[in-house]
Amino acid sequence: MSGFIEFQNVAKVYNGSKVAVENVDLSFEKGEFICFIGTSGSGKTTLMRMINRMNTPTSGKVMVDNQDVANLNPVELRRRIGYVIQSIGLMPHMTIRENITLVQRLLKVDEATREQTANKMIDLVELPREMLDRYPFELSGGQQQRIGVVRALAADQDIILMDEPFGALDPITREALQDLIKNLQEKLGKTVVFVTHDMDEALKLASQLVVMSHGHVVQADTPENVLRHPANEFVEELIGEERLLQSKPDNTTVGEIMIPSAVTIHSDRSLSDAITMMKERRVDSLIVTNNDGILQGIVDIQNLNRMRSKASSVGDIMVDVPFVHETDYLKHTLQKILNLGLKVVPVVDKTQHVVGLLTRSSLVDLVYDTIWGTDMNADAADDAGALGSTAMKEV
Amino acid sequence: MQAFISEYGSQILEKSGQHLYISAIALVLGILVAVPAGIALTRADKMASPIINVVSALQTIPSLALLTLMLPIFGIGRTPAIIALFIYSLLPILRNTYLGMSNVNDEYRDVAKGMGMSNVQSILQVELPIALPTIMAGIHLSAIYVISWATLASYIGAGGLGDLIFSGLYNYQPDLIFAGTIPVTIIALIVDFLLTKLEQKMTPKAFILEEKQQSSQIEQEEAQRRER
Repeated sequence: MSGFIEFQNVAKVYNGSKVAVENVDLSFEKGEFICFIGTSGSGKTTLMRMINRMNTPTSGKVMVDNQDVANLNPVELRRRIGYVIQSIGLMPHMTIRENITLVQRLLKVDEATREQTANKMIDLVELPREMLDRYPFELSGGQQQRIGVVRALAADQDIILMDEPFGALDPITREALQDLIKNLQEKLGKTVVFVTHDMDEALKLASQLVVMSHGHVVQADTPENVLRHPANEFVEELIGEERLLQSKPDNTTVGEIMIPSAVTIHSDRSLSDAITMMKERRVDSLIVTNNDGILQGIVDIQNLNRMRSKASSVGDIMVDVPFVHETDYLKHTLQKILNLGLKVVPVVDKTQHVVGLLTRSSLVDLVYDTIWGTDMNADAADDAGALGSTAMKEV
Repeated sequence: MQAFISEYGSQILEKSGQHLYISAIALVLGILVAVPAGIALTRADKMASPIINVVSALQTIPSLALLTLMLPIFGIGRTPAIIALFIYSLLPILRNTYLGMSNVNDEYRDVAKGMGMSNVQSILQVELPIALPTIMAGIHLSAIYVISWATLASYIGAGGLGDLIFSGLYNYQPDLIFAGTIPVTIIALIVDFLLTKLEQKMTPKAFILEEKQQSSQIEQEEAQRRER
């Protein structure tokens, strides 16, 4: 077995005795989002910086794409790997454009291509193009870190290393940037190695989690498995009791609790077909698909009744409907479904084919079970209480 | 006055030329040696403080003493004068280059390296531009020192405006003293002005803008305070 990024029995020892990392054997596939998490001094940054040879192991090998990095020219290697640090490190004397295209300039990419890249990258992080001519000091911290992130993507590197990139930002900006990087990583298929000490951040972003302590890898697994089966007390402590409890509903996917037999109808069928199907199956709404089974919309008895004289086919009267993916975590979708007050939510797979549906009643058990649910009930009770008291005053 | 200028005018011009020549050569040599040396010191941090101490010690030798020390080695004339002035020009440039370069935040060096810059690229494209204002200040200071000390070079036969000043002093001719001191002052002022312009030109645009923004912010804050 050989991964895209691999650590083979890696150790780093300073001055012959001080151990920074030891006995590290890890292997990651291409396209993974890898989070190294641990307390400070656990060796997580040291390990990350070995990938682009900013650090060299005293023993063992680091392989990238089946090549031992020790045999590669460090300068050329680093140009192939994106690099983002906590303090951002935009060059203060260069414009944003020059900063974004820095690596491309080193690679001697022609100017027209560089200009294209600069425009593409600034669009990617949704900042105005005029900003390309500004200098870093003219941008806010959040804007600077956005530029820091796309600077690491600009030369189309396959691997991005990020060392606590969002540590110094306020929570709202941090969350926005986490969404951004996760999104970009999935969209562009990059392999990201991300160092953090924030468990929330790691759980949110990682597809592979590496828990480190005192220079040793304590556990390396998917976030779900780390949550379900923490390797030892240290990991449990790092995760925190609250998250361990929460992790039960957290790990339930939509696919696990959906009703797998959705009643669907093709959009070119007639309204009478639709009402017959409703009567036969004892339902009040139908999910509309095209001939390939791809979700189009929804019809319910109400709009069917209202529109029956004006339209002939189901496609004419169907309405758009919010949907969820079967692999989504309930944690993310539950709140949305409840807030929107939807009665039925179609569940689709990656290719938008309808595979099932969620109803409000299928959520009841879950809400009842989870701590999260009781919290919400408590909130609701508070609200009711508040309403009650104002009502009394009015009387 | 007119008679004086017709008698000494060409001499003043000639001596000014010599003066500028000596100073310029000494300064250029100083820059060529001290800037690379200062950069090299940032790459060999352990060497930095002993070397800067040695250069500082050289600076404390009285200028006349240093000039006379040159005599047994290089004889009289321009060469020993240029070498002595060159030694004096070293310290401010070396110290400012070293300081400027080591004050460049480590994060920039780290990012430059991490993004795939070679050592030379990191120096030329990142560290030097950021350190340039400090380095230029050192060169500026050296230039003014060298111009004023070059008057003493006349003692060891190097020529320059010192010739006029000293012959004025020996012969009790105050007008000759002025004929030397006034051009030296003018040269120093002009060089000072030109170097200030050059400094502004070489400072990265971002730093000038940032400074402007900061000073306008301070002004605004002060204006607000006054209103209250």
